[in-house]
Amino acid sequence: MNALQRLFRFNGGVKPDYHKEPSTHLPIAVAPTPTLLVIPLHQSIGGPPRPLVKAGDGVLKGQRIGDADGNVSSAVHASTSGTVVAVEMRLMPHTSGLSAMCVVIEPDGRDEWVERNPFDFRAATPTATRDYLRDAGVVGLGGAVFPSHLKLNAGKQGKLDTLVLNGAECEPFITCDDVLMRERADRLLKGAAIMREMLAASRVLIGIEDNKPEAIAALEAASAGNIDTTIQVVAVPTRYPAGGAKQLIRVLTGIEVPHGERSTDYGVQCFNVGTAFAIYEAIALGQPLISRIVTVAGNVGQARNYEVLFGTSMRDLVALCAPLPDTDRVIMGGPMMGFRMPSDDVPVVKATNCVLVGSQKLFPQPPPEMPCIRCGECAKACPADLQPFEMYWFSRARIFGKAQEYHLFDCIECGCCAYVCPSRIPLVDYYRFAKSEIWAREVEKDAADLARDRYEFRLLREEREKQEKAAKLAAKTAAGREKAAAALAEAEKPARTPDEEAKHALIAAALERAKAQKEQVHPENTGNLTAEQRAEIVAIEARRAEIREQAKPHLRQDD
Amino acid sequence: MNNSPYFLKPASVQSVMMRVLLALIPGIAVYVWFFGAAVLVQIALASVTALLAEAAMLKLRGKPVMLFLGDGSALVTAWLIALTFPPIAPWWLTVIGVLAAIVIAKHLYGGLGQNPFNPAMVAFALMIVAYPSLMSQWPAVGFTDFMPQWNAIFGTRQLDAITMATPLDALRTALHTADARATVAGVLGNDATFGNIGGKGWEWVAAGYFIGGIYLLQQRIITWHMPAAFLATLFVISGGFALYDPTRFVGPSFHLFTGGAMLGAFFIITDPVSGCTTPRGKLIFAAGIGLLTWIIRTFGAYPDGIAFAVLLLNIAAPLIDMNTQPPVFGHKRKGGRPS
Amino acid sequence: MLEALLVMALGAVVLGAALGYAAVRFRVEGDPLVEKIDAILPQTQCGQCGFPGCKPYAQAIAKGEAEINQCPPGGEEGIHKLADLLGREVKPLSAEHGIEKPKSIALIDEQTCIGCTLCIQACPVDAIVGAAKQMHTVIAKQCTGCELCLPPCPVDCISMEPIPESVESWKWRYPVVRIVPADKAAA
Ligand code: SF4
Ligand code: SF4
Ligand code: SF4
Repeated sequence: MNALQRLFRFNGGVKPDYHKEPSTHLPIAVAPTPTLLVIPLHQSIGGPPRPLVKAGDGVLKGQRIGDADGNVSSAVHASTSGTVVAVEMRLMPHTSGLSAMCVVIEPDGRDEWVERNPFDFRAATPTATRDYLRDAGVVGLGGAVFPSHLKLNAGKQGKLDTLVLNGAECEPFITCDDVLMRERADRLLKGAAIMREMLAASRVLIGIEDNKPEAIAALEAASAGNIDTTIQVVAVPTRYPAGGAKQLIRVLTGIEVPHGERSTDYGVQCFNVGTAFAIYEAIALGQPLISRIVTVAGNVGQARNYEVLFGTSMRDLVALCAPLPDTDRVIMGGPMMGFRMPSDDVPVVKATNCVLVGSQKLFPQPPPEMPCIRCGECAKACPADLQPFEMYWFSRARIFGKAQEYHLFDCIECGCCAYVCPSRIPLVDYYRFAKSEIWAREVEKDAADLARDRYEFRLLREEREKQEKAAKLAAKTAAGREKAAAALAEAEKPARTPDEEAKHALIAAALERAKAQKEQVHPENTGNLTAEQRAEIVAIEARRAEIREQAKPHLRQDD
Repeated sequence: MNNSPYFLKPASVQSVMMRVLLALIPGIAVYVWFFGAAVLVQIALASVTALLAEAAMLKLRGKPVMLFLGDGSALVTAWLIALTFPPIAPWWLTVIGVLAAIVIAKHLYGGLGQNPFNPAMVAFALMIVAYPSLMSQWPAVGFTDFMPQWNAIFGTRQLDAITMATPLDALRTALHTADARATVAGVLGNDATFGNIGGKGWEWVAAGYFIGGIYLLQQRIITWHMPAAFLATLFVISGGFALYDPTRFVGPSFHLFTGGAMLGAFFIITDPVSGCTTPRGKLIFAAGIGLLTWIIRTFGAYPDGIAFAVLLLNIAAPLIDMNTQPPVFGHKRKGGRPS
Repeated sequence: MLEALLVMALGAVVLGAALGYAAVRFRVEGDPLVEKIDAILPQTQCGQCGFPGCKPYAQAIAKGEAEINQCPPGGEEGIHKLADLLGREVKPLSAEHGIEKPKSIALIDEQTCIGCTLCIQACPVDAIVGAAKQMHTVIAKQCTGCELCLPPCPVDCISMEPIPESVESWKWRYPVVRIVPADKAAA
């Protein structure tokens, strides 16, 4: 049925060894519920959710434990029923080795769901549907974890030409989308139909790399009996990174979405196939996103795909697959774009498509970096049509402005350039470094601009108050211009005015009282307060404790 | 430990350089056949000098010597010098040339990857300015006896008996200095120097380089842009002038198959470090070299023009690159619409 | 010979004219110097430089009345940027004006705060909220860490807490180039 589909090509790309076979032999297995779940609150792009539970609370499976902070955020849920034992800083699945707020849940083994109700999105307004998906915690499962509700917006025209579902899965080792498509094709298609309706898309193209014939066959079989003929399965040539959203859109529709622009404006939107499945579960079954399929592969005896509850430790997961003794690292994601974990005891999160077990033998330390010989291999391999060696040159010299001029931020960090570089330069490391430096500077600059504005406003306000005060004084004394002028002069003098004197006396008295109190018992200025004030204090206390907690590692470092 | 990508393609600077050396071998073989084994002596001499100079410079600059010595870039420079210098040049000419290339043109500019000029061409240009006559003495074709050549290299006397000017040189000298009646056809027709196409033996050497160049293309070490643009420019311009006045301008087949044209097209101008890197930039760069080569060959005072043409375009390379940046993904056409 | 010289001279004149034209044609109407300097200063408004705020310090630098190394929060990087902008020499941070500290924000111990409003008056960016006899609190996002609120507090209830590095603010390090011993590399 897709023979007529015209395909386009993107430049560059590489063909690494795929290593996908081993993890596709066995069907998806459900990973056992661990003894402790550590669920990070911040699992998506956008603001970190606010915790809704505290230590000691009982939670049910699928209960919301973190509330989206604003619209650019996504909720998180308890992956099983049990008791919250702590809401605290825990090591994150992030290269930095830093911690962040997590809800730690001890499962009770009953696996008891909250009440689940299908969501009738046809009866609801688009905004209500998006809010529902935000609160169901649905985010992009391809690895970028961008909140899906923000993308399920048909944009200005109110309709879309093409909805692209990304089943290309081009990274070596990873097969989670492959097995999902093989085993759950029908539900995936139902999810696709829901999305098509929400986006009013004229057609749906499911792009799959042609090295996954089983997945293509499964989806074609499932869609054969489908009434919805607008859904097409399209085999795309196998070439990394065909699964990059922009590259896949290009291959399927010919459209190149420039960096920093929304693809909706070009009439196309792209979602991972796993996300379509999650949307089906959320809308049709009323189940929030609490688990996903994770490939465990690499240096293990039995690679396999598991359905894993978020918060499960990667260590437990890897243990199911008989890791080989020379294992020396755990990588989240694939070998091209994945990130090394600071420890294997970090939780599986929404972004975890693959837990790749590594060893020196499998992923040897590259030979030492040589100077760039400007051979242009990297430029030939770059799918974003960049000149990687120029960006490398300027990032290395810390000339960030120039690096940006060579379109540093168009780089998708796919790693093709570093993969082919004969000088073995860790090019992507330089881009990551330059990008985070540039971001930090932006943040600093924004803060400085804010401070400048506020400072200038304050100066303005002070000036105005001064004048108002002078005017008031003048009116009060009502004794002619000389006195008003004198008062103005008085107000301008830095010396204390009479009412300031009075204030100071008051402060001194308060100080005395405070001192006396301090000596007696402990400082208490919270004597007779209303209930609201008390509640507020509790909230503030919690916040403060959090800040102190966050500050701790830092303080220790400083010592 | 390193970060992603954890997989790397098995590639290295060393393997690139080694394949370049491999690609030179057909040309060298033909060279030996027509001009004798002296060129092998020059290659050995240049290689040893280059490696020693490279090691010394790396040591002085505090770089890991073995690591960088192994990259093979010094050898490529050395071979190119040996192949562009006359095979019977005295040994010290080659040694000085190599030293100039490695010490001045390469390391004083920051070593591998940083040199703005093609080191081999720096050496050639310096030597031809300093020793113009020594740089134009080539063994007569067919005079392949090894001992006289060896003596020419290491002896103190130059053996006039075995040397002759290169076809390019001979042609220009004849056209410039001889009486006004000299014509291209006349010169080409009456001298043993000139073979069928680019000078006796020379066209076969050029063919050898061409084969090596095809290998480099097949290995994707070089792209088609530079050789094609260079050869095409040389072809068009020499052809145009030969049509205009065949008595004073020699045709394209001669230009393409004589002197360093083929070696230059595939091995010299394609040096990535000092050349252009963008596809359009490469075309402009190589076309510029082609044009200048023809001008210098036709009107200049030196036997071959490639060296100077390369150096001049080296200067312009960064500017050309800057103005020929290929469009980035999504910025190609307005609105990113399919073409 | 003469021809060559003439050609060269002509070339020089043409090039010079082109450059001059480009300079006039493409000249960017720059911000006044003070604005540019102010854009580099961190806007902490702490006064450690000896001026009542970042803008006055910028004005003083522009007039040549102040050194470029008096701003501790701007740190070494700030000095480098100022030196670049002004074409002056880079100097180490002047010790008498303070030292570069990790960026911190003020935290009011609300248990001890007596609600005197003195810190509110001291804060240059109005980052403290509260009213007389009410607890005060610092809006973390707006606090510049200038420490100006510390001295006026009569009960010493304000402390500076360094901002911890978080997963979001973490930066990729500069890639380290491994130096291999020569003998190993040969293998
Ligand atoms: S592949 Fe490596 S050596 Fe070649 S140009 Fe790119 S960065 Fe330089
Ligand atoms: S990592 Fe960036 S520069 Fe390198 S190939 Fe990918 S997109 Fe291009
Ligand atoms: S709260 Fe204190 S440290 Fe923060 S900006 Fe205001 S005065 Fe400065």
